[in-house]
Amino acid sequence: MSAARSTLAGAVLATLRRDLLIAYKRKNDLFNPFMFFVLVATLFPIGISPEPEALGEISAGVLWISALLASLLAMDSLFRADFEDGSLELLMLSPHPLYFLVLAKNIAHWLVSGLPIVLVSPLIAYMLNFPEGAYSTLVLTLLLGTPVLSLLGSIGVALTVGLGSRGLILAVITLPMSVPVLIAGTLTVSQTLEGASLSGYLAIMGAMLVSALTLAPLASAAALRISVN
Amino acid sequence: MDKHTSGQTEQVETPTPLLAVDDLFCERDERVLFQSLSFRLAEGQVLQIKGGNGSGKTTLLRILCGLNDNYQGAIRWRGELLANCVEEFRDGMLYLGHQVGVSKVLTPRENLLWSGHLQRQISADEMDAALAQVGLQGFEDSQCFTLSAGQHQRVSLARLLLSEARLWVLDEPFTTLDVRGVAFLENLIGQHRDRGGSVLVTTHHALVVDGLTELTLGVDQMLRGSLS
Repeated sequence: MSAARSTLAGAVLATLRRDLLIAYKRKNDLFNPFMFFVLVATLFPIGISPEPEALGEISAGVLWISALLASLLAMDSLFRADFEDGSLELLMLSPHPLYFLVLAKNIAHWLVSGLPIVLVSPLIAYMLNFPEGAYSTLVLTLLLGTPVLSLLGSIGVALTVGLGSRGLILAVITLPMSVPVLIAGTLTVSQTLEGASLSGYLAIMGAMLVSALTLAPLASAAALRISVN
Repeated sequence: MDKHTSGQTEQVETPTPLLAVDDLFCERDERVLFQSLSFRLAEGQVLQIKGGNGSGKTTLLRILCGLNDNYQGAIRWRGELLANCVEEFRDGMLYLGHQVGVSKVLTPRENLLWSGHLQRQISADEMDAALAQVGLQGFEDSQCFTLSAGQHQRVSLARLLLSEARLWVLDEPFTTLDVRGVAFLENLIGQHRDRGGSVLVTTHHALVVDGLTELTLGVDQMLRGSLS
């Protein structure tokens, strides 16, 4: 029996592949967070002021808040469909550690919901008259920060997936945990503009990412066990 | 009525039964589902769990396969407590629940590929053979939302064919199957038993399998009271 047992890598890759395939086949879900990000960021110039100076000043914050909200919007699709069709039970009854399988789901989810936002952010930044010279910092902070938002959100989703009507509860659970990421992200950008050295701030964001990668799937896995119970 | 449940014990004399349940107690929403429930499941035994609606059949199966830990009592897998041998247990157990675990946007083949890889390595040929055997030939690459509920159930039956688990835990596997599907699954259960595998199954269907043993979760008194 053990000879035919799948390897951990095999199970993780199969999960990653499956989730990417599902995302590809549900194109709506794929584009929703991305479109949401673009729309929210576009509303700020209309609502506040189209003046380039005013926009440039708030652009970093606007981009980060839009990314945060878009990632929140995308979170729900992480475990919901699997919970409803019973795939989650299969996942949990696999002989492989749930930690790695949840991590694989998180990675697939970030690739389809977080990465497009990172990629389009320079364009939106340009539209918001984002200060020149900080573009690379912005992309870098989003690249480090959006996976953290996804990983933290996954804990909240895992906790609430069993609830019939969730409403705002996911946001209430997730947003407080996301605030440090938001602060670090915008601070890094503003410090770059003031000419400060980047490495310290990026190191903090990197540390956030590493701790989220190591700890969040543990919490998500435990929360899933409670939700399925 | 002080007693809602009564466990009818099935004892088979083997040195170490595949699954041993001792003094199981479960309460849900302040209602006792079962108490002092003990039974043994030997290798090559098919055990049908009976009971009315709401008698806790699904809860019992979910407890036994480790999805629900809201219980007291001891469950042993090959003589060892479940908590101490989770990995071996999951390796040797296959659970098909109410929700069949078939993603609607994927094709039967993609669904099987994933769920198969969670347990063991499967080849494309094996998978095609299993799909043909459960009667899904020609549907391998149709997205599952175009298939019927019975066909979803058949996708999950293909998992039984691809699995090498000793213990099958089947929760109402017959509900959406047609007559041929029912006969096929009964036959499959018989073959599994002949190979020394064990099956735990809940169903309201009159199961036609040789050497079937039964365990009734007692709500008989309750039902009699309310139906007559």
